[in-house]
Amino acid sequence: MLVIKREVCGYCGACVSVCPEGALELVDAYLTVDPENCIECGICSKICPLGALEMKNAE
Amino acid sequence: MQNKYDVLIIGGGPGGAMAGKAVAEAGLSCCIIEKRPAIGAPVRCAEGVGNEISELVDLDPKWISSKIEGALLVAPDGQTLELNPEMAGNEVGYVLDRKIFDRELVWKAANAGCDVFVKSRASSAIIKDGKVCGATIESGGKTVEVYADVVIAADGVESKFARWCGIDTTVPMAEIETCVQYLMTDIDIDPGLNAFYLGREVAPEGYVWIFSKGERTANVGIGISGKMCKEGKRPKDYLDAFIAEHFPNGKIIELIVGGVSACKPLACTVADGLIIVGDAARLSDPITGGGIINAMYTGKLAGEVAAECIASGDCSKKALMKYDTEWRSSKMGKGLKRNYQVKEIFIKLKDEKLNSIVNSVNKLDMEIFDTKYLIRELVKYNPWLLKDIGTLKRLLD
Repeated sequence: MLVIKREVCGYCGACVSVCPEGALELVDAYLTVDPENCIECGICSKICPLGALEMKNAE
Repeated sequence: MQNKYDVLIIGGGPGGAMAGKAVAEAGLSCCIIEKRPAIGAPVRCAEGVGNEISELVDLDPKWISSKIEGALLVAPDGQTLELNPEMAGNEVGYVLDRKIFDRELVWKAANAGCDVFVKSRASSAIIKDGKVCGATIESGGKTVEVYADVVIAADGVESKFARWCGIDTTVPMAEIETCVQYLMTDIDIDPGLNAFYLGREVAPEGYVWIFSKGERTANVGIGISGKMCKEGKRPKDYLDAFIAEHFPNGKIIELIVGGVSACKPLACTVADGLIIVGDAARLSDPITGGGIINAMYTGKLAGEVAAECIASGDCSKKALMKYDTEWRSSKMGKGLKRNYQVKEIFIKLKDEKLNSIVNSVNKLDMEIFDTKYLIRELVKYNPWLLKDIGTLKRLLD
């Protein structure tokens, strides 16, 4: 699952723009992920300028 | 907040503000909603603009951090190329103070009669019979439905509103520039020059910029391609390395992060009851990443076209297409198309070829600075250009 490291995130929205499923959203100054829509493709975690997103295995 | 406006504008950046002003000046009701608690902050921008901004708005000196008289290009091998206004055809620009600039643009819209609400966020689109009719808005803990004849999506790089209306706004991973910038002080810079550093080691498929914010202070930032970004090689890692080398004693007083699309514009920037402007329509320049002027121009145009269509009682996609057609055939639209193709060529160039180009430009007689001369001389020194990038000549013809 996608883990958002809030203390690292700069809430820039770059991840929101590349998410193919529209699963991420920047609400005011915090980032949210909709686990129902997230397909765990990892694109957002790859492009994050600060490394605030991490894909962790479920097990 | 009323529950019905002629035009509802999602986003209070330069695109949304210009749209709001244009709609209000046409005598129609409109409302800008901004999800952040403050207009203009946090900044997500390097703040550089060309002097053509004055065609869109009367510049107020207090919006300007620095006047730019030229650019310094630094090749991967450290050779420099200085472009001053005489060479670039008298092009000068500015580094803005966007905290002030954005707020004043919204003030202009408000003074013209446009409503403004901050900390108010669109959470979904209201769509009836395939037509966009408004938005559900979360504001101060309340959820309200706001209807409009036209919604203008000016929601920036995230571009969620258009997505809720069924338009795929996803930026391909290889075409997002992922960026980090520090506002630095106590550094040695030339306050009249903006500097650009190129090279795979410095900024793969991107560049480092130093945009002057005045004496001894600058936006020092980097954008790299999303496809080059990985753990340990993120833009912040490259920027920290650059700063350790160039400004080890500088002080960082602000951290700015952002994403800039370097893809083609959306295939269509209107739908029934909807117009998409600026970064949300993927209108940032694919080479420079600049998006302020494009957002302002399309925001203003969107406001004008929305007002015309409302007056004629037809806000269908077909009627709103006037907006799409007009920006595509404008100088901006043609420039975006050309720059996308040029970007595609340049991101593939190896460092030694970039060095070679900069080296040969330095040999040119800058008194005779015209495109044909430039190309002829470049090809003379770099015959591989014609073979490798045959399309370049056609593009510049």
